[in-house]
Amino acid sequence: MIMRSPKTLHRFANPARFMRLSSRALPWCLVMSFAFLLAGLYLGLFVAPPDYQQGESARIMFVHVPAAWLALLIYGVMAVASATALVWRHPLADLIAKSCAPIGAAFTIVALVTGSLWGKPMWGTWWVWDARLTSVLILLFLYLGYMALWQALENRETASKAAAILAIIGVINLPIIKFSVDWWNTLHQPSSVVKLSGSTIHSSMLWPLLIMAAGFLMFFFVVLILKVQREIIASKVRANQYLSSTHSHESSPPADRDE
Amino acid sequence: MRRFWIIVGRDINLGLRQGSPGSHAVVFYVLVILLFPLAIGPETELLERIAGGVIWVAALLSTILSLDRMFQSDFEDGSLDLLALSGDSLAAVVSAKCFAHWCSTGVPLIIASPILGLLLSLNIDGYFTLLLAMALGTPTLSLIGAVGAALTVGIRRGGIILPLLVLPLYVPVLVFGVGAVEHGVRGLDPGPHLMVLGALLLVALVTAPIGAGAAVRANLQ
Repeated sequence: MIMRSPKTLHRFANPARFMRLSSRALPWCLVMSFAFLLAGLYLGLFVAPPDYQQGESARIMFVHVPAAWLALLIYGVMAVASATALVWRHPLADLIAKSCAPIGAAFTIVALVTGSLWGKPMWGTWWVWDARLTSVLILLFLYLGYMALWQALENRETASKAAAILAIIGVINLPIIKFSVDWWNTLHQPSSVVKLSGSTIHSSMLWPLLIMAAGFLMFFFVVLILKVQREIIASKVRANQYLSSTHSHESSPPADRDE
Repeated sequence: MRRFWIIVGRDINLGLRQGSPGSHAVVFYVLVILLFPLAIGPETELLERIAGGVIWVAALLSTILSLDRMFQSDFEDGSLDLLALSGDSLAAVVSAKCFAHWCSTGVPLIIASPILGLLLSLNIDGYFTLLLAMALGTPTLSLIGAVGAALTVGIRRGGIILPLLVLPLYVPVLVFGVGAVEHGVRGLDPGPHLMVLGALLLVALVTAPIGAGAAVRANLQ
């Protein structure tokens, strides 16, 4: 089965080019991330009015909702990157998928923890087993399983393929999370930002939310770039070690794994 | 198709002669359920209320327990390489192995579950639904489990990591399996839950062998 990969895909398959481009993009992403986060926090905490039902505690939304969005988005990125790595053997997609997992897991934890803190004053409990919360918890375990598989398989090639398959299978959880609030009658409130009939959230709250989401996204790019660069450097180190070891004493190939 | 049944027969035979992991799974299944009355007390009403959930959780755990042998011994003695080289698609080989796994593990679990329902004083109305739900759910468990087993076949101590991968994917089967039993016990129509279980089975039937086949292939290099 040979699939021709799009040309643009290969233009970015060169690690050296990625290092160059990403190093140039990194400071911009960093600056924008901080600018958006500061602006979003200011608007969210001082400018936006308190919620007429939930009062001041609704402000945790400005962290909670973007974190949850990012948790889903990063899984999507990870799955697409995994599929790209699997089908086209794209060397960078592989590293991107691997680097996505811990970041996504972190955002999932942030979403769960802030949701729990929000749930205590609103619902009177830290945790309920409703469909949205449970499916997000499963998302966290999918991330953890993915990371564990990468660690457990010693051969890098095998680990990359196996983890990619797992990531693709886990995609079925994404629509479940998205629609869980519509399919089951749950305690978690249904979506109010993205709706066919237009957003039901007031612009004074919507703008800080979107700005925070942009800030989170930029932050994701910053961490992703740093992690992928680290992976590229690590693979170079591995290659060098392999070369030097084969030159010095012809035997014992080194274990093919990082760290 | 004939090769399919040859692999099925071979796997079942091997299982029987090696002291059958299937029978171990059933013993484990009974033991796990035995723990519940001991742990939370023998009140009949309490047990009756949790019976459906406990039976399903125990079935999930015993399926997982038997999964790691699915490809492991074939991987170690090289027969998996031969199967991969045989020219048959690995997806077909995996389907045969799943069927064999279900025959040696899933079927005994289904047969044992009414007796365990009796021990947990499950309402008599729920028995038929429990059997139906198990019959629809356990093949899905074998199929999803095959993907996990295939992904971890190259790991020397895959026993710990396999549940980590498979359990999150088992959640839908658990939710709708328990839902069906609960409805059956209360005299409500379990049809929708059973239909979702059937749908899950059909989806797993098509996708899981492909995924597991690709995973086996990745591990053989």
